[in-house]
Amino acid sequence: MADTARLDTGAPAAPGAVTGELPPLRAVGVHAGYGDRAVLQGVDLAVTAGRITTVVGPNGCGKSTLLRTLGRLLTPTGGHVELGGDRVAGLRPRELARRLSILPQSPVAPDGMTVRDLVERGRHPHRPWYRQWSPEDVRIAKEAMESTGVADLADRALDELSGGQRQRAWIAMTVAQQTDVVLLDEPTTHLDLAHAVDVLDLVVRLRAEGRTVVTVLHDLGLAARYSDWVVVMKDGRVRAEGPPADVLDATMLADVFGLDAHVFPDPYDALPTVVPTGHA
Amino acid sequence: MSPPDVRRRAPRQALLLVVLAAVLAAALLLSLMIGSRAIPAGDVLAALFADVDSDDATVVTSQRLPRTLVALAAGLALGAGGALMQGHTRNPLADPGLFGVNAGAAFGVAVLVFVLGVQAPAAIVLAALLGAGVAATLLFVLGLGALRGDALVMLAVLGTTLAAFLGAFTQGFVLLDRQTLDVMRFWDVGSVAGRDLSATALVLPLAVAGLVLALLNGGALSSLGLGEDVARSLGTGVLRARVVGIVAVTLLAGTTTAVCGPIGFVGLVAPHVARRFAGHDYRWIVPASALVGAVVVLVADTLGRVIAPPGELQVGIMMALVGAPVLLVITRRRRLVAL
Repeated sequence: MADTARLDTGAPAAPGAVTGELPPLRAVGVHAGYGDRAVLQGVDLAVTAGRITTVVGPNGCGKSTLLRTLGRLLTPTGGHVELGGDRVAGLRPRELARRLSILPQSPVAPDGMTVRDLVERGRHPHRPWYRQWSPEDVRIAKEAMESTGVADLADRALDELSGGQRQRAWIAMTVAQQTDVVLLDEPTTHLDLAHAVDVLDLVVRLRAEGRTVVTVLHDLGLAARYSDWVVVMKDGRVRAEGPPADVLDATMLADVFGLDAHVFPDPYDALPTVVPTGHA
Repeated sequence: MSPPDVRRRAPRQALLLVVLAAVLAAALLLSLMIGSRAIPAGDVLAALFADVDSDDATVVTSQRLPRTLVALAAGLALGAGGALMQGHTRNPLADPGLFGVNAGAAFGVAVLVFVLGVQAPAAIVLAALLGAGVAATLLFVLGLGALRGDALVMLAVLGTTLAAFLGAFTQGFVLLDRQTLDVMRFWDVGSVAGRDLSATALVLPLAVAGLVLALLNGGALSSLGLGEDVARSLGTGVLRARVVGIVAVTLLAGTTTAVCGPIGFVGLVAPHVARRFAGHDYRWIVPASALVGAVVVLVADTLGRVIAPPGELQVGIMMALVGAPVLLVITRRRRLVAL
C-alpha cells in the first residue's frame, strides 16, 4: 500500500478494509503487462460491495489493463486478484463467469446477430453442455432485456442499432449473466453525451440491483457524477482513491493529467465539475 | 416472418436437422439408383435388405454402396470441418484444408511413390494420412504461440506457407518421375469411387472421433464468435476450445483427404448454406453443415456419373463445377457474413 498515496487526507478508507469484511474484488500487489512491457507496477485495490467504482487516468496509465487483470482476461505477472476471498487464478472458467462478468471495450458480434441472441449468450455459464434452454434462461434473458430497455429491439440485428442501443444490448448480456460483480471497460466510448448518460443510468440501475460495478471512464465530469468511488491511476499505479468530491481537484488534475483546470462544486448538487483551462 | 419465440426456436432448429436428414436420405437413395445403369428404388432396397442375386444387386452392393458410404462420410467430415474452420478463424473464406493438411497428404503420397516406389492403394491412404498428420503437428508446434490472443489467423498464414513449401517438393517429385506423375494426377482429383475399403475402415474411427469433437466444440465456438475476451467472460476455456477445434479439423480433413484425395468447395460452401438456416449458434451450425456437406458430395458424385457418358467425372471436379456457381450465387444474393 506504500505507493497508494492519498492526495486527499479526508478520504475515508474503503469500508471493507475497516470492518474486515471481505471485499468482493481485490487486487493485491498486482503487476501485469503485455509481453515485455510492464503496465501495472504493483496495484493494491479493494473494491467495495454494492458501489460504482470508476477508474480514471491519462491514456496508457493502465486503467484497462487493471480492469482486464481484475476480470482474469490478463494473468498478473506478480501479485494476485481475489474474488470474495478466492484467488481468481484458481477458479474454473464457468465458476468465475457465474460470479464476475467483464465487458471489454468495443466488443464485436457476428453480422446479423439479434439482440435476443446476444443476451441469451449471457446464460452460457449457467447452462450445462447437454442442455439447450430452460424456461428460466428464457425468463432471465427477457428480464435482462426489459431492465436495460432493449426489449423492444429483441429481434433487431445488432448492426442496425445505434451505438447507444448496441452498448445497452451488450450490458443486457452481462445482466443475464447474473453476476454480483460487473466490470465495464469504457462503456461510453464512441457515444454522444445523451447516449453515454443512458448507459451510465443503466450502470446506476445495476448498483440498485445490488451489484458491484467497476468501470473505466475517460470523462471526468461523468466519472464525478456517476461514481461512488474514484480510483486515479498514473504510470501503472494507483495515485489516489476516494469519493469523487474528495479526489477530483485542481492539484490532482495538474499532477496526474498535466491539465490546468478549475474544479468547483456544481451549484445544483455540489458534485465536482471540471472545466479545463489549458495545460499545466 | 413473425419473431421467433425463444421457446420455439430450439425445436425449429431441430426440425431443420430432421429435414436435412430426410434430404440426405433421398440423396443416398439416388446415389444408389443412378449411374451408367439406372436401377429403380425398389430394386435398390431389395438388393440392400433382401438376399437378391442379380446383376443389379451386385452393382448396388459391390460398387454403389461403398462409394455412397465413402461420399457420405467425406461430406459429413468436410461440412463439419469447414464450419469449425470458419468459426475458429472468423474467416468466411476458410476451408478445412487451410492448415496445410491437404498439402501434407499430397506430400506423403508423393514421397511414398517417388522415394519408396510403392503405389498400393492402402499404402497411399496411410501415406496421405501420415503426411497430413505430420503437417498438422508441424504447424501446431510452430503456431502454438499464436493460440493465445486473437492471432489465430497467424495459424492459417503458417498453414498456407507450409502448404506452399511442401507443394514445392511434391511438384518436384512429379516433374522428376513419371510414375509419381501418374499416381499424383489421379490422386489430385478427389474421388469417392473405387476407394480401398480396408484402409478406409482403418481411418474411419479417426474421422468419427473428429466428428464427435467437432460437435462438442459448438458451444465454445458460439462464444468465441463474440471475441476471445467476451468468450472468456462467459466462462469459455478459450485455449482448450482452440485445441479441440484444431484437432477436430485436422482429423476430419486429414482422414477425408487420405481416403479420397483433395475435395474442394464442400468445406467452404456447406457452412454458408447451413448458417442461412441455423443462425449464429454453432451447436446447430456444425451438425447442419455436416449434413449439408454430405448432401452436396453425394449429389455431386451422382451427377458426375451421368454428366459425361460413357465416362465419369470425379467428385473433386464436379464439386468445383457445381460449388463455384453456388458460392457465386450466395455471395451475390447476400454478402458473405463477417464472422
